[in-house]
Amino acid sequence: MSFTLEESPTTGDEVITNYTINFGPQHPAAHGVLRMVLELDGEIIERVDPHVGLLHRGTEKLIENKTYLQALPYFDRLDYCSPLGMEHSYVLAVEKLLNVEVPLRGQYLRVLFAELTRICNHMLNMGSHVMDVGAMTPNLWLFEIREDCLNFFERASGARMHSAWFRPGGVHQDVPQALLDDIAVWLDKRMPTLFEDAMSLVVDNRIFKQRNVDIAKVSKEDALAWGFSGPMIRAAGIPWDLRKAQPYDVYDRMDFEIPVGTNSDCYDRFMVRVEEVRQSARIMQQCLREMPGGPVNSDDRKVSPPKRAEMKQSMESLIHHFKLYTEGFHVPAGEVYVATESPKGEFGVYLVSDGSNKPYRCKIRPTAFSHLQAMDFMCKGHMLPDATAILGAIDVVFGECDR
Amino acid sequence: MSKVLHSAPRFASNEGVLDALTKALGAKVVAAREEHGEVVITVSRAEVANALRQLRDDHEYQQLMEIAGADYPGRAERFEVVYCLLSVTRNHRLIVKTTAAEDTPVPTVTTIWPVAGWLEREVFDMYGVIFEGNTDLRRILTDYGFEGHPFRKDFPLTGYVELRYSEEDKRVVYEPVKLAQDLRQFDFMSPWEGADYVLPGDEKAQENQGGEKKA
Repeated sequence: MSFTLEESPTTGDEVITNYTINFGPQHPAAHGVLRMVLELDGEIIERVDPHVGLLHRGTEKLIENKTYLQALPYFDRLDYCSPLGMEHSYVLAVEKLLNVEVPLRGQYLRVLFAELTRICNHMLNMGSHVMDVGAMTPNLWLFEIREDCLNFFERASGARMHSAWFRPGGVHQDVPQALLDDIAVWLDKRMPTLFEDAMSLVVDNRIFKQRNVDIAKVSKEDALAWGFSGPMIRAAGIPWDLRKAQPYDVYDRMDFEIPVGTNSDCYDRFMVRVEEVRQSARIMQQCLREMPGGPVNSDDRKVSPPKRAEMKQSMESLIHHFKLYTEGFHVPAGEVYVATESPKGEFGVYLVSDGSNKPYRCKIRPTAFSHLQAMDFMCKGHMLPDATAILGAIDVVFGECDR
Repeated sequence: MSKVLHSAPRFASNEGVLDALTKALGAKVVAAREEHGEVVITVSRAEVANALRQLRDDHEYQQLMEIAGADYPGRAERFEVVYCLLSVTRNHRLIVKTTAAEDTPVPTVTTIWPVAGWLEREVFDMYGVIFEGNTDLRRILTDYGFEGHPFRKDFPLTGYVELRYSEEDKRVVYEPVKLAQDLRQFDFMSPWEGADYVLPGDEKAQENQGGEKKA
C-alpha cells in the first residue's frame, strides 16, 4: 500500500492522491487465488488490474500427453464446483470428431446430472455471493442442498466431486433405480423447501438489494463485445442459452424457460441464477419421467468398453477392454470447437486431432476468463466493497480460469 | 458429410455459409473447408483483422468466444491462431484461422472486440505469437518472471525450473528440475499399425534373413 499526502496549491488542504492496493491473492472474497491490483481514489475504484494464473497447471499441455480417456479427469479439476459441466463439453467434442451415437438413456442421464451439477454449482455461488455482501445464514442453508447433490454424485459415480462419469460414448455406468427414485423425492420435497426457505431470506432483503441493485450495469452491446455468456449475458437482457439455441444431448426434448434480467446489475445476475435452479429442477423432473431403459453407453466397442460380465465370456471383449485402457481409441483427424452451457456460461473445447490416440491440441475456453477481464470496466466508479459483490456475481472459479 | 450420429450442440445449418463467406471475403481467404460440421476459414495474416471486422459488421458474428493458439513445428510458419466466432442472431459458429511465425506479428483484434485483450495475451504467453497493436501484451498465466513459451511442442512437459520454499533463505527459490525417476511416457501405439521404431526382437529377424541370403 502506498499513498502520499500533498498540499493542495489552491486551498492549502491536504489532498490524497490515488493509491493502489492489493486484493488477494489470499482473500476470502476472491473465490480462490486472484490478485487484483486496485487503484483507488478514496474509496472509489479507478482501475482494476486482475492478475490471474496463480493456479495455472498447464492442463492443456498435460492433455496433449494423455490419451483421450486419460484426459477426461482433468476436466473435473477445472471448475471443481461443476465438474460434470466441464466433462460434458469434452465428451461431446470427442464424440463429434468420432461421430459416435450415444444411446438415449445415456443422453438422458447426462442431462439429468448436468442439471444436478448446475444446482450444485449455483448453491455454492449464490451462498458465497450472499456471504460476500454480509449474510452468513443463507450460505449455510444452501450448503445443505449442495451436500445432497454431492451425495447423489457419489451414489452415481463413487466420487463426490471429481466424478469422471461422462465418457465419450455415454456415461461410465448405469445408475441404480433407487437413486433415481431418491432424486425424484428430493426434487419434490426437500430441495424446494430448503431452497425457497433460504431465498426468502435473501431476495427481498433490504441490505442485499442495497448492495447489489444498480451495481456493475452492463449494456447489451458491452455484454456481446466482452464475450459474456451464461447468466452474465442473460442478466443483460439477451435471451441466449446454448441449451435452447444449440441443443445437445436431449435438451431439445426438454421443456424449460430461460430467465432474463432487465436491469443487468449484480442483483439480476443473482436472480437469473435463482430462477435457473428452479428450471433445472424442472428439467430433472422431466428427465426422470421420460427416461427410457436400455444401454447407457455406445455399443461401438472401438470407443466404449464392454461390460465386465461379457469380458469373462468373450475373448473379443477382453481384447477390446485391454486395447481401450492401454492404447485408447483413435480419433479421426480434424478440428472442432464444441461449447456447452456450463453453469457459469459457455464452456468450450477446441479439439485438434491428428488421427492418433492423443489430442494434438486441446484448448479450453473458460467462462471466467472473459468475465474477469471485464472487471475493470464494471468496477470503475464503484466503491471498494462493491468489488466483492461484482466478483461474486461473476461466479469465478480459478481452477477453470487459470487451467 | 456422412450421417450425423453424435449429439453435440446443433447450431444453424452450415449449408451455403462456406460459399457465401469465401465469396464475401474474397482475396483475404487462403483456404476454406467444412469438416466435422465446422466451417473453417483460413485468412492471410495481414488481413485477419479486416476479415474479422467484416464478419462482425456484415455477417452478424457478434461474439468472439475464443482465440486459441496451436503449434505445428514442422511448418514454415509454425503457429496457428484460431478465432472462434459466434453469431447470436444467426445462431451459427465459425472458425477463422491464420498462421504466424515467431517473428511475424499478427494484427490485433482488440479494436474490434475488447475481449481479445486477454485472449491475445494468453496466446502470446503460451506460444510467443506477437500481436501488433495490442497495447497490453504482458504475460498472463505463467509466473512473474517466467521465461519461455510453455505450450510450444518443443517445451518439455516437466519445464525447466521447479520452485520450493527454502528454510535457509526464508523465501521461495527456483532450481533446475531434478526428477527422481524418468518421466514415464508409455507408448501404447499398436506395433502392427506402423510403429516408427524397430520392435524388440525384430532385429533378429533381419539378421536371420541376411544370414539365409549369405548361405
